[in-house]
Amino acid sequence: MMDKQQMQEFIAKRVALELKDGALVNLGIGLPTLTANFVPEGRDVLFQSENGFIGLGPTPEEDQIDPCIANAGGLPVTILPGGSFFDSALSFGIIRGGHVDTTVLGALQVAENGDIASYMIPGKMVPGMGGAMDLLSGAKKVIVAMEHTNKGNPKLLKECTLPLTAVKAVDMIVTEMGVIEVTEVGFVLIEQNPAYTLDEIKAATGAELTISQALKQMA
Amino acid sequence: MNKLISLEDAVNLVRDGDTIMIGGFLSVGTPDRLIDALIAKGTKNLTLICNDTGFIDRGVGKMVVAKMFKKILTSHIGTNKETGRQMLEGEIEVVLIPQGTLIEQIRAGGFGLGGVLTKTGLGTEVEKGKQIVDIDGEKHLLEKPLRANVALLFAEKADVRGNLTFHGATRNFNTHMGAAADISIVEVNEVVKIGEMCPDEVVVPGVFVTHIVDGGAL
Repeated sequence: MMDKQQMQEFIAKRVALELKDGALVNLGIGLPTLTANFVPEGRDVLFQSENGFIGLGPTPEEDQIDPCIANAGGLPVTILPGGSFFDSALSFGIIRGGHVDTTVLGALQVAENGDIASYMIPGKMVPGMGGAMDLLSGAKKVIVAMEHTNKGNPKLLKECTLPLTAVKAVDMIVTEMGVIEVTEVGFVLIEQNPAYTLDEIKAATGAELTISQALKQMA
Repeated sequence: MNKLISLEDAVNLVRDGDTIMIGGFLSVGTPDRLIDALIAKGTKNLTLICNDTGFIDRGVGKMVVAKMFKKILTSHIGTNKETGRQMLEGEIEVVLIPQGTLIEQIRAGGFGLGGVLTKTGLGTEVEKGKQIVDIDGEKHLLEKPLRANVALLFAEKADVRGNLTFHGATRNFNTHMGAAADISIVEVNEVVKIGEMCPDEVVVPGVFVTHIVDGGAL
């Protein structure tokens, strides 16, 4: 069994394989942020930070921190050579305008038609949507990176029960159990983590899960 | 024309009950000295328009803790527990707005537009009570412009005419809020004379700035 950190790194590593050479990518806070650490060698992937730059680089050493350069989670980061700063209007023009190739986000629930709930639990947790609704409506490809269940309760469902962040927006889901594509016929498992049986994965999924004819092992 | 004013004169331009816009993103690019002076003065019943509500001990979040707002329009309150508490206990009204929509509403307010049409928020709670407009067969939400009495902004450098330059990721909402407010006060780290700023480097022209507070001289 993987511990939480190993599980998150395993998911992030697999998501990173989806990031194409030359792509502009926006990563959500938390698990999705880890993806940047695993971009395959030789691929030139540009990361956007929606608070206003392209060329998001790694966390600086303590003595190299510039308080004016933080990521969308407010944490100190760096900007790489060839990067650019801009304001929020331009940043969301990039996002809504379809100029972001891939966005990687977390979720509370994803439905088999691609609906996603990720920004609030009424009466309990109401952080707000930040830039998530714009990213979901504008990015060319939406990947959800998350644990397959919430302490055993399925997060992949026939229909979301929580308020939606966007309708029919999700293209792919990467969890510790496998890689799932959201298609016209619902969830299709295209890769399986061999540490789990197909029955286990189906049992952890709250909707029909079609097994792809070309099912692969998740690396 | 010299737009420089003192910190004291600046905060006196904000009145109880005003709608104010404050620049910054999770306290990066926030006019901290203006915020601290407003808290010290104790201005009340304000409506805030801001990307987020910062942290309890940093940026605009300190104003939330000081209970200066009756209403907040923002995209994110998750980093400030006090905002959530005041909202859930009915002390303040919070309107959550997608970030890209919020900046466009502000831009529309400053640039003479009657609103913006966006697909962001379709099919979600954001859609409630809003007009849906069909453009060539595709549904869009009509989002109306936002304006404020006063904008409190931050920039790295100003000349005395109010031309602004920025450093790092501090531009965020600071570049457009000035246009959407009757009074726009910019706190800067440095003020230079006319001619000392190259027109090529100006990000925001001084036309959107009514007052400058020289943070570097404080």
